[in-house]
Amino acid sequence: MIGNLSKSVTKSQIWRSIFRVGIPTDNRKRALAMLGNVVLHLHPIKVKKSGIRMSYTWCMGGTAFFLFLVETITGLLLMFYYRPSVEYAFVDIVDLREAAAFGIMRELHRWGAHAMVIAVWLHMFRVFMTGSYKPPREFNWNVGVILLVLTLLLSFTGYLLPWDQLAIWAITVGSNMARATPLLGNEGPGAALLKLGGQRLIHAGSDARFALIGGRTIGNATLIRFYVLHCVGIPLVAAFLIAVHFWRVRKDGGISGPM
Amino acid sequence: MTRRGFFSWAAVAWVGFTVAIGGCVTAMTRFMFPNVLFEPPTSFKVGKPEDFQAGVVDTRFVDKYGVWIVHDQGRIYALIAICTHLGCPPAWLETQNKFKCPCHGSGYYKSGVNFEGPTPRPLERARIFISPDDGQIVVDKSQKFQWELGQWEDPNAFIPAA
Repeated sequence: MIGNLSKSVTKSQIWRSIFRVGIPTDNRKRALAMLGNVVLHLHPIKVKKSGIRMSYTWCMGGTAFFLFLVETITGLLLMFYYRPSVEYAFVDIVDLREAAAFGIMRELHRWGAHAMVIAVWLHMFRVFMTGSYKPPREFNWNVGVILLVLTLLLSFTGYLLPWDQLAIWAITVGSNMARATPLLGNEGPGAALLKLGGQRLIHAGSDARFALIGGRTIGNATLIRFYVLHCVGIPLVAAFLIAVHFWRVRKDGGISGPM
Repeated sequence: MTRRGFFSWAAVAWVGFTVAIGGCVTAMTRFMFPNVLFEPPTSFKVGKPEDFQAGVVDTRFVDKYGVWIVHDQGRIYALIAICTHLGCPPAWLETQNKFKCPCHGSGYYKSGVNFEGPTPRPLERARIFISPDDGQIVVDKSQKFQWELGQWEDPNAFIPAA
């Protein structure tokens, strides 16, 4: 009875249009199942037993990816309530705690962000200590370094969104560093050399910091810029590089093993 | 079409493609620089010189324009309310007779010279002059005067009090 039912389901046109390969019964078919699937093909076909030992990997790469997914889902939910303008941003943050159902959604997003930074650092530490950055994995190490920077930029841009005093002044202090950008910051080395007809080309109203925060001081323009970067720009780049990162793990021979 | 002819067309196509992409990148970069700012003007009038009493730090304009007008030791000058450590807003503490930054504890005398905390240099002063139209004091924040560069003695950095 159940056998007949499952047979009629797995033989149906709907089932077979979704799952092109049947349940794999041997190693060749298992490999083909990984190769033929858009998501699974990022994963190595084979994983060495030593490669999934917790004491070796700490599962910190997987944890970082899991937290990225948590941040994506909780962040998407927060976007339904949060309005990125100076009139509403702070009260919406308070409302997310006081008025929205499951008032911990924002705390989950924040704790997840802290945990993700810690997980990425620990993952990097493990990869370094096991020598897993060595050839042929040196390219993937560099992808990982960019992902670390993107993780920190996600934290930095998200820090402004609550629009409280801590957020505003932390971003003021943080974005002041952009003043010292070589050539492109108005207080940076070489910026005074860029002149046209005696007028400086790089000043407080035209330098890298001005483009970053959309003005001379942290304001509404900064809030919307950081919001778009936080919710769309940086996550898109990060998701693409995460895919490359996983695919290169596979291409470079899977998770590195102990010597 | 000859083989050589094809390559010259390919060159034209590549140059055209590069120019088009370069134009798009330039346009997108320029798009990130706003043309209109919704910020308070950097140049503004604060009143007549006699409105500012000797020895007093005037805090009326700090919330909107970010400057203190100080009348002290025979001069009226405009101190820019941005900490020279990392850019936070210091507060004028009347009872302690000093400017104090809440972020990392930098402290400045009434003159703007630093004396405590991590800040490496005094506050900056803005250009200040008397408008020839109505005798009011005009503060122009776009021009700054730094003590460590000897600029506080510049005639644009203060108004001699009557």
